[in-house]
Amino acid sequence: MIRPILQVTGVCKRFGALDILRSVDLTVGAGRVVAIVGPNGAGKTTLIKSVLGLTRPDSGRITLSGTDVLGANAYRAAIGYMPQIARFPENLTGAELIALLKDLRGPTAQLDTELIDCFGLEEALEKPLRVLSGGTRQKVNAAMAFLFSPELLILDEPTAGLDPLSSSALKDKILVERGAGKTIMVTSHIMNELEELADDVAFMVDGRVAFSGTLDDLKRVTAQMTLERAVASMMMRDRAEAA
Amino acid sequence: MNTMIKVLKYQARDAIRSRWLIAYALFFLVVTDALLRFSGDPVKAQLSLVSIVLFVVPLVAIVFGTVYLYNAREFVELILAQPVDRRQTFCGLYLGLTLPLAVAFVVGLSVPFILNGLDASAWARLGALVVAGVVLTCVFTAIATSIAVKCEDRLRGLGAAIGVWLLVTIVYDGFVLLVLAVLSHFPLERATLGLMLTNPIDIARVGLLLRFDGAAMMGYTGAAFLKFFSGSTGPIVATLALAAWIVAPIAFGVRVFQRKDF
Repeated sequence: MIRPILQVTGVCKRFGALDILRSVDLTVGAGRVVAIVGPNGAGKTTLIKSVLGLTRPDSGRITLSGTDVLGANAYRAAIGYMPQIARFPENLTGAELIALLKDLRGPTAQLDTELIDCFGLEEALEKPLRVLSGGTRQKVNAAMAFLFSPELLILDEPTAGLDPLSSSALKDKILVERGAGKTIMVTSHIMNELEELADDVAFMVDGRVAFSGTLDDLKRVTAQMTLERAVASMMMRDRAEAA
Repeated sequence: MNTMIKVLKYQARDAIRSRWLIAYALFFLVVTDALLRFSGDPVKAQLSLVSIVLFVVPLVAIVFGTVYLYNAREFVELILAQPVDRRQTFCGLYLGLTLPLAVAFVVGLSVPFILNGLDASAWARLGALVVAGVVLTCVFTAIATSIAVKCEDRLRGLGAAIGVWLLVTIVYDGFVLLVLAVLSHFPLERATLGLMLTNPIDIARVGLLLRFDGAAMMGYTGAAFLKFFSGSTGPIVATLALAAWIVAPIAFGVRVFQRKDF
Protein backbone atom coordinates (compact mmCIF):
# COMPACT_ATOMS: atom_id res chain seq x y z
CA MET A 1 0.00 0.00 0.00
CA ILE A 2 1.30 3.43 -0.95
CA ARG A 3 1.50 6.01 1.80
CA PRO A 4 -0.84 8.92 1.00
CA ILE A 5 0.83 12.35 1.10
CA LEU A 6 -2.17 14.47 0.16
CA GLN A 7 -5.76 13.76 1.08
CA VAL A 8 -8.69 15.81 -0.13
CA THR A 9 -12.06 14.95 1.41
CA GLY A 10 -15.41 16.44 0.47
CA VAL A 11 -14.07 19.78 -0.66
CA CYS A 12 -16.72 22.16 -1.98
CA LYS A 13 -16.29 25.62 -3.42
CA ARG A 14 -18.87 28.02 -4.81
CA PHE A 15 -18.10 31.19 -6.70
CA GLY A 16 -21.32 33.18 -6.67
CA ALA A 17 -23.91 30.99 -8.35
CA LEU A 18 -21.31 28.59 -9.76
CA ASP A 19 -20.46 25.32 -8.03
CA ILE A 20 -16.83 24.93 -9.03
CA LEU A 21 -16.00 22.05 -6.69
CA ARG A 22 -18.80 19.74 -5.54
CA SER A 23 -17.38 17.45 -2.92
CA VAL A 24 -13.99 16.53 -4.32
CA ASP A 25 -12.33 13.42 -2.89
CA LEU A 26 -8.79 12.60 -3.91
CA THR A 27 -5.88 10.73 -2.42
CA VAL A 28 -2.41 11.30 -3.79
CA GLY A 29 0.17 8.64 -3.00
CA ALA A 30 3.69 9.63 -2.00
CA GLY A 31 6.27 9.27 -4.73
CA ARG A 32 3.68 9.18 -7.53
CA VAL A 33 3.12 11.38 -10.54
CA VAL A 34 -0.56 12.19 -10.65
CA ALA A 35 -2.12 13.67 -13.76
CA ILE A 36 -5.20 15.79 -13.17
CA VAL A 37 -7.25 15.79 -16.34
CA GLY A 38 -10.69 16.86 -17.39
CA PRO A 39 -12.56 19.32 -19.57
CA ASN A 40 -12.12 23.08 -19.22
CA GLY A 41 -13.95 24.43 -16.21
CA ALA A 42 -13.94 21.06 -14.42
CA GLY A 43 -12.26 22.65 -11.38
CA LYS A 44 -8.65 21.48 -11.84
CA THR A 45 -7.06 24.84 -11.13
CA THR A 46 -9.46 25.56 -8.24
CA LEU A 47 -8.53 22.22 -6.68
CA ILE A 48 -4.83 23.03 -7.00
CA LYS A 49 -5.37 26.49 -5.55
CA SER A 50 -7.33 24.99 -2.65
CA VAL A 51 -4.39 22.71 -1.83
CA LEU A 52 -2.11 25.76 -1.90
CA GLY A 53 -4.46 27.81 0.27
CA LEU A 54 -4.86 30.42 -2.47
CA THR A 55 -8.54 29.57 -2.57
CA ARG A 56 -10.44 28.82 0.63
CA PRO A 57 -12.87 25.89 0.28
CA ASP A 58 -16.38 26.37 1.69
CA SER A 59 -16.31 22.93 3.28
CA GLY A 60 -14.26 19.75 3.34
CA ARG A 61 -10.81 18.85 4.51
CA ILE A 62 -7.35 18.84 2.95
CA THR A 63 -4.39 17.23 4.70
CA LEU A 64 -0.76 17.16 3.64
CA SER A 65 1.28 14.40 5.29
CA GLY A 66 -1.52 14.08 7.84
CA THR A 67 -1.75 17.71 8.95
CA ASP A 68 -4.66 19.98 8.13
CA VAL A 69 -3.77 22.68 5.62
CA LEU A 70 -6.86 24.89 5.83
CA GLY A 71 -5.92 28.15 7.52
CA ALA A 72 -2.28 27.06 7.96
CA ASN A 73 0.80 28.55 6.30
CA ALA A 74 3.90 26.58 7.25
CA TYR A 75 2.94 23.49 5.24
CA ARG A 76 3.59 25.37 1.99
CA ALA A 77 7.33 25.04 2.63
CA ALA A 78 6.88 21.45 1.45
CA ILE A 79 5.22 22.50 -1.82
CA GLY A 80 6.72 23.82 -5.04
CA TYR A 81 4.14 25.51 -7.27
CA MET A 82 4.46 26.32 -10.93
CA PRO A 83 1.47 28.48 -11.91
CA GLN A 84 -0.09 28.45 -15.34
CA ILE A 85 0.67 32.09 -16.10
CA ALA A 86 4.23 33.32 -15.63
CA ARG A 87 3.68 37.04 -15.05
CA PHE A 88 6.19 38.57 -12.70
CA PRO A 89 7.10 42.12 -11.61
CA GLU A 90 8.52 43.73 -14.74
CA ASN A 91 11.44 45.55 -13.22
CA LEU A 92 12.86 42.78 -11.07
CA THR A 93 15.40 40.33 -12.42
CA GLY A 94 14.91 36.59 -12.23
CA ALA A 95 17.74 36.45 -9.72
CA GLU A 96 15.93 38.96 -7.49
CA LEU A 97 12.71 36.98 -7.72
CA ILE A 98 14.58 33.85 -6.65
CA ALA A 99 16.22 35.82 -3.83
CA LEU A 100 12.73 36.85 -2.64
CA LEU A 101 11.57 33.23 -2.55
CA LYS A 102 14.72 32.25 -0.66
CA ASP A 103 14.10 35.06 1.84
CA LEU A 104 10.46 34.07 2.31
CA ARG A 105 11.27 30.40 2.81
CA GLY A 106 14.19 30.96 5.12
CA PRO A 107 17.41 28.97 5.12
CA THR A 108 17.37 25.80 3.02
CA ALA A 109 20.07 23.18 3.09
CA GLN A 110 20.68 22.80 -0.61
CA LEU A 111 19.14 24.57 -3.59
CA ASP A 112 18.33 22.47 -6.62
CA THR A 113 19.61 24.55 -9.53
CA GLU A 114 19.59 21.71 -12.04
CA LEU A 115 16.86 23.28 -14.18
CA ILE A 116 18.63 26.65 -14.22
CA ASP A 117 21.74 24.94 -15.60
CA CYS A 118 19.73 22.74 -17.90
CA PHE A 119 17.79 25.63 -19.44
CA GLY A 120 20.95 27.78 -19.54
CA LEU A 121 19.20 30.51 -17.55
CA GLU A 122 22.19 32.07 -15.74
CA GLU A 123 22.43 35.02 -18.12
CA ALA A 124 18.69 35.57 -18.43
CA LEU A 125 18.35 35.70 -14.64
CA GLU A 126 20.41 38.91 -14.55
CA LYS A 127 18.00 40.75 -16.90
CA PRO A 128 14.73 42.43 -15.93
CA LEU A 129 11.86 39.98 -16.39
CA ARG A 130 10.13 42.45 -18.72
CA VAL A 131 12.70 41.88 -21.49
CA LEU A 132 12.49 38.07 -21.34
CA SER A 133 10.40 36.14 -23.86
CA GLY A 134 7.30 34.27 -22.70
CA GLY A 135 9.12 30.95 -23.05
CA THR A 136 12.09 32.11 -21.01
CA ARG A 137 9.78 33.41 -18.30
CA GLN A 138 8.10 30.00 -18.25
CA LYS A 139 11.54 28.41 -17.76
CA VAL A 140 12.20 30.74 -14.80
CA ASN A 141 8.78 29.75 -13.47
CA ALA A 142 9.67 26.05 -13.72
CA ALA A 143 13.13 26.50 -12.21
CA MET A 144 11.59 28.30 -9.19
CA ALA A 145 9.13 25.48 -8.51
CA PHE A 146 11.92 22.88 -8.32
CA LEU A 147 14.43 25.12 -6.54
CA PHE A 148 13.67 24.08 -2.97
CA SER A 149 13.42 20.31 -3.59
CA PRO A 150 9.84 20.24 -2.28
CA GLU A 151 8.11 17.04 -1.21
CA LEU A 152 5.11 17.90 -3.38
CA LEU A 153 5.37 19.61 -6.76
CA ILE A 154 2.24 21.16 -8.23
CA LEU A 155 2.65 21.96 -11.91
CA ASP A 156 -0.19 23.67 -13.75
CA GLU A 157 0.28 23.27 -17.52
CA PRO A 158 4.07 23.14 -17.09
CA THR A 159 5.11 22.71 -20.71
CA ALA A 160 2.84 25.40 -22.19
CA GLY A 161 5.01 27.78 -24.21
CA LEU A 162 8.19 25.70 -23.91
CA ASP A 163 10.16 24.56 -26.97
CA PRO A 164 10.55 20.76 -27.45
CA LEU A 165 14.07 20.73 -26.02
CA SER A 166 13.12 22.55 -22.80
CA SER A 167 9.89 20.64 -22.50
CA SER A 168 11.83 17.35 -22.70
CA ALA A 169 14.30 18.61 -20.12
CA LEU A 170 11.43 19.51 -17.80
CA LYS A 171 9.85 16.08 -18.23
CA ASP A 172 13.18 14.40 -17.51
CA LYS A 173 13.44 16.49 -14.36
CA ILE A 174 9.95 15.44 -13.28
CA LEU A 175 10.94 11.78 -13.63
CA VAL A 176 14.21 12.37 -11.75
CA GLU A 177 12.27 13.94 -8.88
CA ARG A 178 9.86 11.02 -8.82
CA GLY A 179 12.85 8.72 -8.67
CA ALA A 180 13.99 10.68 -5.61
CA GLY A 181 10.67 9.94 -3.90
CA LYS A 182 8.96 13.28 -4.58
CA THR A 183 5.28 13.53 -5.39
CA ILE A 184 4.14 15.45 -8.45
CA MET A 185 0.67 16.71 -9.36
CA VAL A 186 0.47 17.87 -12.93
CA THR A 187 -2.24 19.20 -15.21
CA SER A 188 -1.91 19.44 -18.96
CA HIS A 189 -4.02 19.50 -22.07
CA ILE A 190 -1.50 17.34 -23.89
CA MET A 191 -2.49 13.77 -23.07
CA ASN A 192 0.53 12.19 -24.77
CA GLU A 193 2.76 14.13 -22.46
CA LEU A 194 0.87 12.98 -19.37
CA GLU A 195 0.96 9.40 -20.65
CA GLU A 196 4.74 9.62 -20.60
CA LEU A 197 4.82 10.90 -17.03
CA ALA A 198 1.82 9.79 -15.03
CA ASP A 199 1.51 6.84 -12.68
CA ASP A 200 -1.98 7.81 -11.60
CA VAL A 201 -4.80 9.74 -13.20
CA ALA A 202 -7.53 11.80 -11.57
CA PHE A 203 -10.28 12.60 -14.02
CA MET A 204 -12.33 15.64 -13.02
CA VAL A 205 -15.63 16.71 -14.47
CA ASP A 206 -18.20 19.21 -13.18
CA GLY A 207 -16.32 19.82 -9.97
CA ARG A 208 -15.97 16.18 -8.96
CA VAL A 209 -13.30 13.53 -9.31
CA ALA A 210 -15.10 11.02 -11.54
CA PHE A 211 -12.20 8.58 -11.72
CA SER A 212 -9.07 8.18 -9.68
CA GLY A 213 -6.64 5.32 -10.11
CA THR A 214 -3.60 4.16 -11.99
CA LEU A 215 -3.11 4.90 -15.66
CA ASP A 216 -3.48 1.20 -16.46
CA ASP A 217 -6.74 1.00 -14.49
CA LEU A 218 -8.15 3.88 -16.49
CA LYS A 219 -7.24 2.21 -19.76
CA ARG A 220 -8.72 -1.07 -18.58
CA VAL A 221 -11.96 0.49 -17.34
CA THR A 222 -12.47 2.38 -20.58
CA ALA A 223 -11.08 -0.41 -22.79
CA GLN A 224 -8.78 2.05 -24.57
CA MET A 225 -5.12 1.86 -25.53
CA THR A 226 -3.99 5.43 -24.83
CA LEU A 227 -4.67 8.03 -22.16
CA GLU A 228 -6.09 10.42 -24.74
CA ARG A 229 -8.64 7.85 -25.93
CA ALA A 230 -9.42 6.82 -22.37
CA VAL A 231 -10.07 10.38 -21.23
CA ALA A 232 -12.13 11.09 -24.35
CA SER A 233 -14.19 8.00 -23.61
CA MET A 234 -14.70 9.15 -19.98
CA MET A 235 -15.87 12.52 -21.24
CA MET A 236 -18.26 10.89 -23.73
CA ARG A 237 -19.67 8.67 -21.02
CA ASP A 238 -20.16 11.63 -18.72
CA ARG A 239 -21.94 13.56 -21.45
CA ALA A 240 -24.21 10.60 -22.17
CA GLU A 241 -25.08 10.34 -18.48
CA ALA A 242 -25.85 14.05 -18.30
CA ALA A 243 -28.17 13.83 -21.32
CA MET B 1 6.96 41.13 10.83
CA ASN B 2 9.60 39.39 8.77
CA THR B 3 7.47 38.52 5.78
CA MET B 4 6.21 42.08 5.60
CA ILE B 5 9.71 43.53 5.35
CA LYS B 6 10.80 40.97 2.75
CA VAL B 7 7.79 41.62 0.53
CA LEU B 8 8.24 45.35 1.00
CA LYS B 9 11.90 45.15 0.04
CA TYR B 10 11.41 43.45 -3.32
CA GLN B 11 8.18 45.17 -4.28
CA ALA B 12 9.67 48.58 -3.57
CA ARG B 13 12.67 47.64 -5.68
CA ASP B 14 10.35 46.84 -8.57
CA ALA B 15 8.19 49.94 -8.18
CA ILE B 16 11.06 52.40 -7.83
CA ARG B 17 12.40 51.27 -11.23
CA SER B 18 9.04 51.82 -12.90
CA ARG B 19 9.09 54.45 -15.65
CA TRP B 20 5.90 56.00 -14.27
CA LEU B 21 7.45 56.50 -10.88
CA ILE B 22 10.56 58.09 -12.35
CA ALA B 23 8.32 60.37 -14.44
CA TYR B 24 6.44 61.32 -11.27
CA ALA B 25 9.65 62.36 -9.51
CA LEU B 26 10.78 64.29 -12.59
CA PHE B 27 7.41 66.06 -12.75
CA PHE B 28 7.84 67.53 -9.26
CA LEU B 29 11.48 68.28 -9.98
CA VAL B 30 10.66 70.25 -13.12
CA VAL B 31 7.59 72.02 -11.71
CA THR B 32 9.33 73.04 -8.48
CA ASP B 33 12.41 74.21 -10.31
CA ALA B 34 10.33 76.18 -12.82
CA LEU B 35 8.25 77.83 -10.07
CA LEU B 36 11.40 78.82 -8.20
CA ARG B 37 13.02 80.28 -11.32
CA PHE B 38 10.00 82.19 -12.60
CA SER B 39 8.72 83.55 -9.30
CA GLY B 40 12.16 84.09 -7.84
CA ASP B 41 10.51 83.86 -4.43
CA PRO B 42 10.42 80.58 -2.48
CA VAL B 43 7.25 81.60 -0.59
CA LYS B 44 5.31 82.21 -3.83
CA ALA B 45 6.68 78.99 -5.30
CA GLN B 46 5.62 77.06 -2.20
CA LEU B 47 2.15 78.60 -2.21
CA SER B 48 1.66 77.49 -5.83
CA LEU B 49 2.98 74.07 -4.89
CA VAL B 50 0.27 73.69 -2.24
CA SER B 51 -2.43 73.43 -4.91
CA ILE B 52 -0.30 71.22 -7.14
CA VAL B 53 0.56 68.82 -4.32
CA LEU B 54 -3.08 68.60 -3.16
CA PHE B 55 -4.21 67.86 -6.71
CA VAL B 56 -1.48 65.62 -8.14
CA VAL B 57 -0.33 63.51 -5.17
CA PRO B 58 -3.76 61.91 -4.44
CA LEU B 59 -4.40 61.33 -8.15
CA VAL B 60 -1.07 59.64 -8.83
CA ALA B 61 -1.15 57.64 -5.58
CA ILE B 62 -4.61 56.22 -6.19
CA VAL B 63 -4.29 55.58 -9.96
CA PHE B 64 -0.72 54.28 -9.98
CA GLY B 65 -1.52 52.24 -6.86
CA THR B 66 -4.55 50.47 -8.31
CA VAL B 67 -2.95 49.81 -11.71
CA TYR B 68 0.24 48.54 -10.09
CA LEU B 69 -1.60 46.14 -7.79
CA TYR B 70 -3.78 44.76 -10.57
CA ASN B 71 -0.61 44.05 -12.56
CA ALA B 72 0.93 42.39 -9.51
CA ARG B 73 -1.84 39.81 -9.14
CA GLU B 74 0.25 36.84 -10.30
CA PHE B 75 3.14 38.08 -8.19
CA VAL B 76 0.86 38.10 -5.14
CA GLU B 77 -0.23 34.53 -5.93
CA LEU B 78 3.40 33.48 -6.17
CA ILE B 79 4.11 35.01 -2.74
CA LEU B 80 1.02 33.43 -1.18
CA ALA B 81 2.07 30.01 -2.52
CA GLN B 82 5.07 30.27 -0.18
CA PRO B 83 4.85 29.62 3.58
CA VAL B 84 3.74 33.17 4.42
CA ASP B 85 1.03 34.89 6.43
CA ARG B 86 -1.55 36.84 4.46
CA ARG B 87 -1.82 39.81 6.81
CA GLN B 88 1.91 40.44 6.66
CA THR B 89 1.94 39.99 2.91
CA PHE B 90 -0.78 42.62 2.60
CA CYS B 91 1.12 45.11 4.75
CA GLY B 92 4.28 44.43 2.73
CA LEU B 93 2.41 45.10 -0.50
CA TYR B 94 0.95 48.33 0.87
CA LEU B 95 4.26 49.65 2.13
CA GLY B 96 6.12 48.45 -0.98
CA LEU B 97 3.80 50.65 -2.98
CA THR B 98 3.63 53.64 -0.62
CA LEU B 99 7.32 54.01 0.11
CA PRO B 100 8.56 54.39 -3.50
CA LEU B 101 5.77 56.90 -4.26
CA ALA B 102 6.63 58.90 -1.16
CA VAL B 103 10.35 58.83 -1.95
CA ALA B 104 9.75 59.97 -5.55
CA PHE B 105 7.59 62.84 -4.31
CA VAL B 106 9.99 63.96 -1.58
CA VAL B 107 13.03 63.84 -3.88
CA GLY B 108 11.28 65.67 -6.73
CA LEU B 109 9.96 68.40 -4.45
CA SER B 110 12.98 68.93 -2.21
CA VAL B 111 15.96 68.82 -4.54
CA PRO B 112 15.28 72.17 -6.30
CA PHE B 113 14.79 73.88 -2.92
CA ILE B 114 17.96 72.35 -1.53
CA LEU B 115 19.93 73.51 -4.58
CA ASN B 116 18.36 76.95 -4.29
CA GLY B 117 19.00 77.42 -0.57
CA LEU B 118 16.30 78.58 1.85
CA ASP B 119 15.81 80.56 5.05
CA ALA B 120 14.51 78.95 8.23
CA SER B 121 10.82 79.78 7.76
CA ALA B 122 10.90 78.53 4.14
CA TRP B 123 12.42 75.26 5.40
CA ALA B 124 9.57 74.89 7.86
CA ARG B 125 7.00 75.42 5.10
CA LEU B 126 8.81 72.97 2.82
CA GLY B 127 8.70 70.50 5.70
CA ALA B 128 4.94 71.00 5.99
CA LEU B 129 4.53 70.43 2.23
CA VAL B 130 6.59 67.25 2.44
CA VAL B 131 4.62 65.93 5.41
CA ALA B 132 1.28 66.76 3.75
CA GLY B 133 2.34 65.06 0.50
CA VAL B 134 3.62 61.95 2.27
CA VAL B 135 0.49 61.65 4.42
CA LEU B 136 -1.75 62.05 1.37
CA THR B 137 0.31 59.39 -0.40
CA CYS B 138 -0.29 57.03 2.54
CA VAL B 139 -4.03 57.78 2.50
CA PHE B 140 -4.56 57.28 -1.20
CA THR B 141 -2.39 54.20 -1.63
CA ALA B 142 -4.34 52.71 1.29
CA ILE B 143 -7.57 53.40 -0.61
CA ALA B 144 -5.99 52.06 -3.83
CA THR B 145 -4.89 48.86 -2.09
CA SER B 146 -8.32 48.17 -0.66
CA ILE B 147 -9.99 48.85 -4.03
CA ALA B 148 -7.57 46.53 -5.87
CA VAL B 149 -8.14 43.77 -3.31
CA LYS B 150 -11.92 44.15 -3.19
CA CYS B 151 -12.69 44.62 -6.89
CA GLU B 152 -11.97 41.61 -9.13
CA ASP B 153 -12.58 43.55 -12.32
CA ARG B 154 -9.68 45.91 -13.03
CA LEU B 155 -11.69 48.30 -15.16
CA ARG B 156 -14.27 48.77 -12.41
CA GLY B 157 -11.46 49.10 -9.88
CA LEU B 158 -9.77 51.82 -11.89
CA GLY B 159 -13.13 53.54 -12.30
CA ALA B 160 -13.69 53.40 -8.55
CA ALA B 161 -10.20 54.84 -7.95
CA ILE B 162 -10.78 57.81 -10.24
CA GLY B 163 -14.28 58.18 -8.78
CA VAL B 164 -12.91 58.43 -5.23
CA TRP B 165 -10.36 60.99 -6.34
CA LEU B 166 -12.98 63.12 -8.13
CA LEU B 167 -15.21 62.88 -5.08
CA VAL B 168 -12.68 64.12 -2.55
CA THR B 169 -10.99 66.74 -4.75
CA ILE B 170 -13.83 68.25 -6.78
CA VAL B 171 -17.31 67.03 -5.90
CA TYR B 172 -16.80 67.41 -2.17
CA ASP B 173 -15.66 71.02 -2.44
CA GLY B 174 -18.67 71.78 -4.63
CA PHE B 175 -20.90 70.24 -2.01
CA VAL B 176 -19.28 72.26 0.78
CA LEU B 177 -19.63 75.49 -1.22
CA LEU B 178 -23.30 74.70 -1.86
CA VAL B 179 -23.95 74.11 1.83
CA LEU B 180 -22.20 77.35 2.77
CA ALA B 181 -24.06 79.36 0.12
CA VAL B 182 -27.50 77.99 0.99
CA LEU B 183 -27.02 78.31 4.73
CA SER B 184 -25.06 81.55 4.62
CA HIS B 185 -27.34 83.21 7.20
CA PHE B 186 -26.35 80.79 9.90
CA PRO B 187 -23.13 80.69 11.90
CA LEU B 188 -21.34 77.82 10.17
CA GLU B 189 -17.87 77.83 11.72
CA ARG B 190 -18.35 74.57 13.54
CA ALA B 191 -20.08 72.92 10.57
CA THR B 192 -17.28 73.90 8.16
CA LEU B 193 -14.78 72.59 10.66
CA GLY B 194 -16.59 69.26 10.68
CA LEU B 195 -16.84 69.16 6.88
CA MET B 196 -13.14 69.93 6.61
CA LEU B 197 -12.20 67.13 9.00
CA THR B 198 -14.06 64.47 6.99
CA ASN B 199 -11.98 65.06 3.84
CA PRO B 200 -8.25 64.22 3.99
CA ILE B 201 -7.36 66.69 1.24
CA ASP B 202 -9.18 69.50 3.05
CA ILE B 203 -7.33 68.76 6.28
CA ALA B 204 -4.05 68.94 4.40
CA ARG B 205 -5.11 72.12 2.59
CA VAL B 206 -6.14 74.00 5.72
CA GLY B 207 -3.09 72.79 7.61
CA LEU B 208 -0.84 74.03 4.82
CA LEU B 209 -2.53 77.36 4.12
CA LEU B 210 -2.41 78.31 7.79
CA ARG B 211 1.38 78.13 7.54
CA PHE B 212 1.32 80.71 4.76
CA ASP B 213 -0.65 83.23 6.80
CA GLY B 214 -3.37 82.13 4.45
CA ALA B 215 -6.03 82.34 7.16
CA ALA B 216 -6.70 85.90 6.05
CA MET B 217 -7.66 84.56 2.63
CA MET B 218 -10.30 82.34 4.13
CA GLY B 219 -12.38 85.03 5.87
CA TYR B 220 -14.35 84.23 9.02
CA THR B 221 -14.00 80.52 8.48
CA GLY B 222 -10.27 81.05 8.27
CA ALA B 223 -10.34 82.66 11.68
CA ALA B 224 -12.22 79.65 13.04
CA PHE B 225 -9.67 77.28 11.48
CA LEU B 226 -6.79 79.31 12.85
CA LYS B 227 -8.30 79.20 16.32
CA PHE B 228 -8.89 75.46 15.97
CA PHE B 229 -5.38 74.66 14.77
CA SER B 230 -3.60 76.94 17.23
CA GLY B 231 -5.37 75.30 20.17
CA SER B 232 -4.02 72.13 21.70
CA THR B 233 -6.82 69.75 20.71
CA GLY B 234 -7.14 70.98 17.09
CA PRO B 235 -3.92 69.51 15.69
CA ILE B 236 -4.52 66.28 17.59
CA VAL B 237 -8.04 65.93 16.18
CA ALA B 238 -6.78 66.70 12.66
CA THR B 239 -3.97 64.16 13.00
CA LEU B 240 -6.38 61.53 14.28
CA ALA B 241 -8.73 62.22 11.39
CA LEU B 242 -5.89 61.73 8.89
CA ALA B 243 -4.72 58.60 10.68
CA ALA B 244 -8.26 57.23 10.44
CA TRP B 245 -8.13 57.80 6.68
CA ILE B 246 -5.05 55.58 6.52
CA VAL B 247 -6.00 52.95 9.07
CA ALA B 248 -9.62 52.39 7.98
CA PRO B 249 -8.89 51.43 4.33
CA ILE B 250 -5.95 49.25 5.43
CA ALA B 251 -8.06 47.45 8.05
CA PHE B 252 -10.76 46.90 5.44
CA GLY B 253 -8.16 45.71 2.89
CA VAL B 254 -6.59 43.24 5.34
CA ARG B 255 -10.00 41.74 6.14
CA VAL B 256 -10.86 41.28 2.47
CA PHE B 257 -7.36 40.02 1.58
CA GLN B 258 -7.43 37.35 4.29
CA ARG B 259 -10.61 35.83 2.90
CA LYS B 260 -9.88 36.41 -0.76
CA ASP B 261 -9.80 33.58 -3.28
CA PHE B 262 -7.10 33.83 -5.90
